[in-house]
Amino acid sequence: MKISEFILEVKSGNIDKEDYINKVIDEAKKINKEYNYFNTIIEKPVINKGKLNGLPVSVKDCICVKDIESTAGSKILKGYAPLFNATAVQNSIDNGAVIIGKTSQDEFGFGGFNINVGIDFKIPLNPFDTERVTGGSSGGAAGYTQKTKFAHFAIAESTGGSIVNPASFCGVVGLCPTYGLVSRYGLIDYANSLDKIGIMAKNVEDAVTALNIIKGYDKKDSTSIKDTIDLTKFLNKDVKGLKIGVIKESLKVDKPVNKAVWNAIKDLEKLGIKYKEISLPLTYKYGIACYYLLAMTEASTNLAKYCGMRYGLHEELKGNFNEYFSQVRSLGFGKEVKRRIILGTFARMAGFRDAYYLKAAKVRTLITQEYRGLFKKFDILLSPTMPVIAPKFLDTLKLTPLQNYMMDILTVGPNLAGLPHMTIPCGQEKGMPIGLMLIADHLKESKLIQVAGAYERK
Amino acid sequence: MKIDNELILNVAKNARLNLTEDEISEFLPQLKEILESFSKIDKVNTKGIDPSFQPIEIKNVYRDDEIGKCLSQEEALKNTQHKKEGYFKGPKVI
Repeated sequence: MKISEFILEVKSGNIDKEDYINKVIDEAKKINKEYNYFNTIIEKPVINKGKLNGLPVSVKDCICVKDIESTAGSKILKGYAPLFNATAVQNSIDNGAVIIGKTSQDEFGFGGFNINVGIDFKIPLNPFDTERVTGGSSGGAAGYTQKTKFAHFAIAESTGGSIVNPASFCGVVGLCPTYGLVSRYGLIDYANSLDKIGIMAKNVEDAVTALNIIKGYDKKDSTSIKDTIDLTKFLNKDVKGLKIGVIKESLKVDKPVNKAVWNAIKDLEKLGIKYKEISLPLTYKYGIACYYLLAMTEASTNLAKYCGMRYGLHEELKGNFNEYFSQVRSLGFGKEVKRRIILGTFARMAGFRDAYYLKAAKVRTLITQEYRGLFKKFDILLSPTMPVIAPKFLDTLKLTPLQNYMMDILTVGPNLAGLPHMTIPCGQEKGMPIGLMLIADHLKESKLIQVAGAYERK
Repeated sequence: MKIDNELILNVAKNARLNLTEDEISEFLPQLKEILESFSKIDKVNTKGIDPSFQPIEIKNVYRDDEIGKCLSQEEALKNTQHKKEGYFKGPKVI
């Protein structure tokens, strides 16, 4: 059932809000036993008034919900119950959403497969094949969005691809907006210059309805953008004559993925869209290095605040402050978090800062310019979302950390440049979904929605 | 640049992390591989290019210096187990 249908059904009295939510929670618990999509399920959710009429909404664990344990998937935040709602959550509540729980993720968002969960957390399993990953880092959000049979949207978050990656692996729609369109107030941050809160949903219309609700200027976030456009009006707009740039480098991927994406391009052509193959040489050569250096550097400073004193994990106060903080941090952080803190700390230390962090920040300028140059000629850039279908857990174990990072090759570019991007299902291989990624210029979510809407209706 | 045990221990100390022997021997080759690969950004010509610390242009946001609503002392201490007489209780400084 679409969100718009749900709203009407409640209005006409065919759905009782309370009864509906009880069923949603029962189902979520049942799904969770097998698939691990939630870190917390709210037993008795508060039913709020507003135009969403009590629509169930799940929230990625790194986004704060008042009085509900919010850990970003990390042991170091165990027990932390925020005193406020994130703005994206508050906007949903103010519009009548019912927050049902906190979805599982890679610890602090540090992963592309959702296998880097925090100590004592469970790894979510792919809804189509439990031997495979959900993708990450918003794995719980993607898996649950696919699996639930009720109307729902998921509030998720992306730093380098954490919305579109799992959405693609789980066969749902993922929509990551322009940097700053959705307030980051109340987000347990990974890398401030890259983090964006966005949406996952079962279809394009639901995703757009949801983004419309959570976006908006917020004085509590200094990077918040003033934008009041109603995105839903672009859903049914004709796409004839729009120009798409197909990213050449992105098609050197697994054959079935390549094939599914070309089929989608041909379908778009039938709708009157024109396409041309284009190239992003700098982005594809240096994007991974640039992204990880910046993300890890920012992460290492952001995670400096976790020290076992004010919230989260506490130990017995012993030793001096250096000894105590080091002890709590060493017990509370998982392996990938330690790896990234070390790399990030290194990249900004005296003597290395210019060669790594500052250099990466300059390369980022060039990558952003490379994209924006193309948007002078094209409305949308297109690529697969991920180079493969969701891999098996066994196969991910063979990868080194660097090989893990390389899987983000298609998604780091738009994230570095702060560009809105979206994934929609475009085929299957071995019963596993394949995603098509659309990228637009800053604040041109309207074009993503126009094209994605037309493709879905075809 | 040489990436060895000593460097990792030094960085870890700066980051307030105690690494076990096992963690060091696992991380060392991984960090070498990663930094070697990332060093390739050195080859990009960035002469005259300004660094981007945000993907979009942002302006400073100012506000009047007025007292606003904030957390009460009780609320601020709600999530800690280490408190005393309305204050956070921390580890020894000296």
